Parts: sequence; C-alpha cells; structure tokens
Amino acid sequence: MEIIKSVTQFNFVRMMKPAVSISIAFILLGIASIAWHGGLNFGIDFAGGTLVQVKFNQQTTADRIRNALKPIGIEDSIIQPIGTNEVMIRVAKSSGAFAGFSEKIQDALGTYYGKGTFEIRRIEMVGPKVGRDLTKKAILAIVFSWIGILIYVGVRFEFRYALGGIIALVHDVLVTVGAMSLMNKEFDLNIVAALLSIIGFSINDTIVIFDRIRENTRKNIKMPLNDIINLSVNQTLSRTILTSFTVFMVLIALFFFGGAVIHGFVFAMLVGTVAGVYSTVFIASPIVLAFERIMPSKTKRK
Amino acid sequence: MIKNIKIRTAIVILICVAASVYLMPSLTSELPDVWKKYLPTARIPLGLDLQGGTHLVLEVVTDKAVESTVERLANNLKETMMDNRVRFRQLERNKGNAIILELPDSPSREAFEKIIKNHFPDLEVASSEIAEGKDKITLKLNAKRTAEVKKLAVEQSLETIRNRVDQFGISEPEIIPQGEDRIVVQLPGIKDTARAKNLIGRTALLEFKLLDEEHSLDDALRGNIPEGDVVVYGFNIDPETGRRTSVPYLLKDKTLLTGEYLESAKVQISDRFGEPNIGIKFNAQGAQDFERITGENVKKRLAIVLDGTVHSAPVIQERISGGNAQITGRFTMEEARDLAIVLRAGALPAPVNILEERTVGPSLGQDSIDQGMWTSIIAGILVFIFMVIYYRLSGFVADFALALNLFFLLATMAAFRATLTLPGIAGIVLTIGMAVDANVLIFERTREELRMGKTPRAAIEAGYEKAFLTILDSNVTTLIAALFLFGFGTGPVKGFAVTLTIGILVSMFTAIFVTRIIFDYFIWNRKIATISI
Repeated sequence: MEIIKSVTQFNFVRMMKPAVSISIAFILLGIASIAWHGGLNFGIDFAGGTLVQVKFNQQTTADRIRNALKPIGIEDSIIQPIGTNEVMIRVAKSSGAFAGFSEKIQDALGTYYGKGTFEIRRIEMVGPKVGRDLTKKAILAIVFSWIGILIYVGVRFEFRYALGGIIALVHDVLVTVGAMSLMNKEFDLNIVAALLSIIGFSINDTIVIFDRIRENTRKNIKMPLNDIINLSVNQTLSRTILTSFTVFMVLIALFFFGGAVIHGFVFAMLVGTVAGVYSTVFIASPIVLAFERIMPSKTKRK
Repeated sequence: MIKNIKIRTAIVILICVAASVYLMPSLTSELPDVWKKYLPTARIPLGLDLQGGTHLVLEVVTDKAVESTVERLANNLKETMMDNRVRFRQLERNKGNAIILELPDSPSREAFEKIIKNHFPDLEVASSEIAEGKDKITLKLNAKRTAEVKKLAVEQSLETIRNRVDQFGISEPEIIPQGEDRIVVQLPGIKDTARAKNLIGRTALLEFKLLDEEHSLDDALRGNIPEGDVVVYGFNIDPETGRRTSVPYLLKDKTLLTGEYLESAKVQISDRFGEPNIGIKFNAQGAQDFERITGENVKKRLAIVLDGTVHSAPVIQERISGGNAQITGRFTMEEARDLAIVLRAGALPAPVNILEERTVGPSLGQDSIDQGMWTSIIAGILVFIFMVIYYRLSGFVADFALALNLFFLLATMAAFRATLTLPGIAGIVLTIGMAVDANVLIFERTREELRMGKTPRAAIEAGYEKAFLTILDSNVTTLIAALFLFGFGTGPVKGFAVTLTIGILVSMFTAIFVTRIIFDYFIWNRKIATISI
C-alpha cells in the first residue's frame, strides 16, 4: 500500500498537547475577564434600555452632551463616539420609567443645542420583557445548533467524530465570548448571529478533515490513527488555510468599511474564524485520537 | 461523460436569463409597460434598517379587557339581583378581577344560584365562605370566556391599529400578531416616529359623564368621594405662558355615552379664534341617546373625557338632536388631526404598551446601503485577485463562478421577495469569501490528483467526484446553523440568515455544475494537455 507523499509533513499530532493547553489557558483568561467585569457587556438587546444615535452638525464633547441630558436625569448614560460628530447615547434604565425616553432625549438635546443642529439617525428601545425573551431565544439557538450538528455529524461519521466536532465548536464560542469580554465589546443580537455563523464555518472546516481521515482510514488499513490524522491534516492544510484566508480577507474589508452598526459583529467573526481554524486543526482531531485510545473504532479496517 | 456540454450550457444560460428577468426591476426604475404586464416587477425588498422606518412590538394588556368585562358583568348582576329582589350586600369587583358579594341567608343563596345559572353562564363560583351565617361568595369569569375575551381584545386591537395606520397614510405598513398578546407594527419610511407612536398607542376611549354639581369638590379632594362619583382631572393651558395646570372635576362615574357610537369625527376650525376643534357625529343609536341625555340634563354640565382626562365640560344649553357635537380644547392643528383619526378608527379595547422599538432614520439607511455596496465591491476585488494569483487560469473560472453566484443570489432574493437588511449585506460579503470554498476544495483535490500523475481529464473527474461529498457535508452543517439563526433572529438578523443560506446553496450549484462545464469544455472539446491550476 502506497503512502501518498503529501506536500507538507508537519507533525500536528505532537503539537496537539501544547495547542490544547494554550486554548484552555485562553478560555480561562476569558472566563476570568468575564468574572472581573461582572458578567458580559450586554447590549440593550438583552439588558433592556434605550439607545439613540445622534449626528451633530458641529463638533461637540461628551461633557456637553451630558449637560444637555442632565434635566432628564440621565447624565450617567453611556456616550460612545462613532464616526465624525456622531455619538451613541445609551440609557441603561430598564424599568417602567424607560418608556418614552427616546422622545425625552430628543427634546432635551433640542433644548440645549437648538433644533435642527442635530439629526437622530437611529433609535432602539428594548423593554425588559423583550430583553428576557431574546436572551432565552439566543441561548436556545446556540445550544440547539450544537445539538443539530452533533446529530448530523454523528450520523454521517461516527459518534466520536461528532463529539470532537462539538467540543471544537464549544471551544470556538468560548474563545470568541472571552475575546469580546477582554476587549469589553458590547454583546448584542448581532454577536449571537456571529456566534451561530462561526459555528457554521468551524464545523465546515472540521468536516473536511474528518472526511479526509475517514477516506485515509479506508485506504491505509495498517496505518495507526496517529499517522492518519497527521496525514489528513497535512493534506487538507492548504485548503483549510485558503478558505479561512478568503473569509478573513472579506471580514477585514467589512471591519474597515462596514460601518459602526455591524462593527461588533465583524470583530466577533474575525476572532471566531481564527478560533475555528485553530480548533479544527488542533482540537477536533485530538478528541478523535483520545477516543480511539478508550474505544477503538468500529468502521476501521473494512 | 455524463451529459452533453451543450445541454448543460443551455440550462445555465436559461437560468441566467430567468435571473436577469427577476433582477431587472431592482436595477432600473423605469420598466416598459410590456414588461409590467407579463414579467415580474418586484424589487428586492429593503429592510427597515436600509430604507428607514420604525419597527414596534406592542403588548395588548389583555387583563384590562378582562377587567372591563368583569366590571360590566358585576353591574349587570347587581341590577338583575335587584330586579329579582334577591337580598345581598356589598357586590363589587375586587382587584383580582373577581366579583365578591355577601348573601345573608340560604333562600337568597338559592335565588342567587338560579340567577347565575340562567343569566350569567360565564361566571362561576370560585369560593364561598360561611361566616356568622352569611355567605361570602367570590365569583370569577370562567376560563373559556376569559380566554375568549383576551383573544377578542387582541383581534380588535389589531383591527383598530390597522385603521389608524391606514389613515396615517404610510405605504406598505405591516401589522401582524405575535404570540398570544403581542402585535408587531412595521412602518417603512416614516419620518415622525413620536407622532406615530402616539397615534398607535393611545387607547382613545371617549366617555361622556355628567358633573356632580350637588356635592363639594373640595370635600371629594380631601378623600370623601360620594358614592357613585369619581374625581377626574383635566387641564388648563394658560394662554400667555403656555403652561399646563391640572384642574380637578367631580364627575358621576356612570358613563352615559362612549366613542363607540361615533359615526365620524373631523377637524373643524372655530370661527371665533381660528382654533381647531373636533366635530363629531353620532350614529343613529348614539344620536338618540345623546338627545335623551341632553334633554334630561339641560343646564347641567357634561364632561367630555378622553383617555381619563377631561377635555371640556360645557353646559348643556338645550336638548340636542341630530347627534352633532364639538370637542373643544386647546389643540394644535396636528393634535386635532390625530385625535380625529383615532376617534374615527375607534378606541382600543385595552391599553397597549410599547415593548420594543427600532427606528432607523432614512439618512442612516442610505449610508448603510452605500457602505454595504462599497464593502462588497472591495471584498469582491480582493477575492478575485487572490484566486487568480493562486490558481491562475482556474482561478478565473472560480471568479466567474463567484460573479455568477452574486448574480443568482440577488435574483433569488428578488424572486422570493426576501428582505435585504444590513446584516444581510454582511451575509452577501461573507458569501463572497465562502463561495470560493467549494471551488478551492475541488481545485485542491484536482491538484493532488495531478501530483499523483493522473491525466488532466482523470484528475478533474476525480477532483469533482471526491470533493462532492465533502462539499455536501460541510455545507449542510453550515445550513443547520443558518436555520437556527433564521428561527431565532429578529428582522435584520433573519435577513443575514437568508442571504447566507441562499448564498451557500447557490455557491454549491455554481461550483459543482457550472465550473464543471467550463473545465469539461476545455478538456473534451479543446482537448488541452495540461490545465492551469
């Protein structure tokens, strides 16, 4: 039986242990960051509140804006500058009193700055009920997509592969969430969309390698799993890097030109894409290997 | 060789033509009349975040509808009991939407039960305590009727809001129920959201009540409200300073007439001060009642109460027949116009709360579209160049497939009227990056086969064949994730899931079917010896 000469011959299997340690370290760092911040930086989609995006005709400072908002008692809102002369004012109050805040903000700004000197670009108001609903739905969506993919991969390959795939996906989500917390980025609906996309892409990569492992297992009856995995990863390496690279390139374009509204989304996607490749190469396969030691494969040497 | 190249090419060209037809309306604003008659004219619908507009989620407080029903039944029960001379004490509605009463002895209890059975089938006894020989009974509305009342309240609210939005003059509004007690309202292109929210959210309950001029208002304000009366506030606007002050009125609680009996309401300008007021006209029944009420109460004051605030309390000069009246008060033209709209559309059966609002101004919408377009172009160019550098001529083939992808993607969205949102544009950009994946898989596989020494013909065949299952598996799993994204997401995020899904499906098609045609053409018809890959 010939062993196909591959273009690259990295010993990935040997790199797995240190790689997994790095992953665990990063995830722990992320968890520590979340604990230190006292939870995730939830946007109004989950925490409730009002958000008003205002574009001023002239330059102004956050302090002046706070002064303008003092009469309605929300000078402690979060004021985030975006773009030129544009800010996002976020009021965290989510009790019954939040109703009508967007109008109050408009009136207060109008009184302070004069009418016609600013433009309201966007208003978002999420009441506590809807906030809770969305939180629940978001968690369910992520968990169910994990389960759905677990089932599909389990059926198409074997359970151990499904497990490897899922753990890689969980790894990706944890790493991304951790990175968001470290950079203190806002966690809103778009981020959940990003997480689900990352789940979709990462499993994409993982399946390509699993597919190759399965094929090589069938072709090379005597080869130990260690070597098969190495072979498979090396064979698919160029494809893995290429696809991730094109997606990454496209995300960079979005990062710089996509605008403020989806900025958080793009950041999460960037982190997630990198994590996805990493997990595909270094996490999914060790799991398969580990299971091999515990429970030898059944599909093996047919 | 599976199929004739000519047939396959014909299929692709046919699809391209169909795609152009569907996409054309989105590209030009002027379609020839012939087109409009036979061919699709729908543009790709833009989400609110791209065209500007408001998205509201309203909650109908159905408990209040139940409360009104129970209140009405309590009053009816009281009258029926009195008519039948059944003795009782303290019949009233408590805070839990139940009716409580006391029956002094068992013959009363029997008569009471008979009345409930015959006249009030919707009420059921929730509990009864016997203390000191007296029966304390709690009545509740039965579960079935409660559910009915709630459902009806939501349906009526839906209808009323539709009427109001209609009169507001917005093109293509969307008003749909959500869950048990929520209503989603989408108003594209709206400019004055505050006014719209006001119009939609106000209950607009119009009531006519008599003033109680026999008892002292001050006494009542101190807490001694006479039986059957209620204190309601109105307001006065100082004509010079423009400041509003609250003015209390002591009214008889019984509502003589409501807005339900209105036939029409329109804005009028009063001759004297040029101030707008609302001219209302009652329907036949209302006109009759109005005539009777005014006839019986000449020289007394009648308060016009709107949503719990007294707007005016004029003196009834004489019996008014014909059913015409005026609601005056210090309205601006806009307030008067909006009030006329809500009176015409009818009152909401229960109050609504705004649970969620997302408004995007038109300027931001346009900016988002521009940004999206530029990003797509830049991303496209980057990927295009990269593919050519890495895969040389085969890269061109992949790029051609990519262009076709985008074309088909947009056409499919137009054909299925899928809404394009800002995250949707991000999805299109992502598709650009991902779509090449299928091609990459095939090309890499082909390169491997070539390295193993196969002929170009065999290498291509092997490449496509072996890559196919991988492409299928990996894309199906991505689609699973996209599916959950679609199920979970709200408007803009749903748009992302849609473009992603369509993008993946289309890319599978072009990568496997279309590019193969090109390769096959060169290999079989042109019989080239090597492929540039």
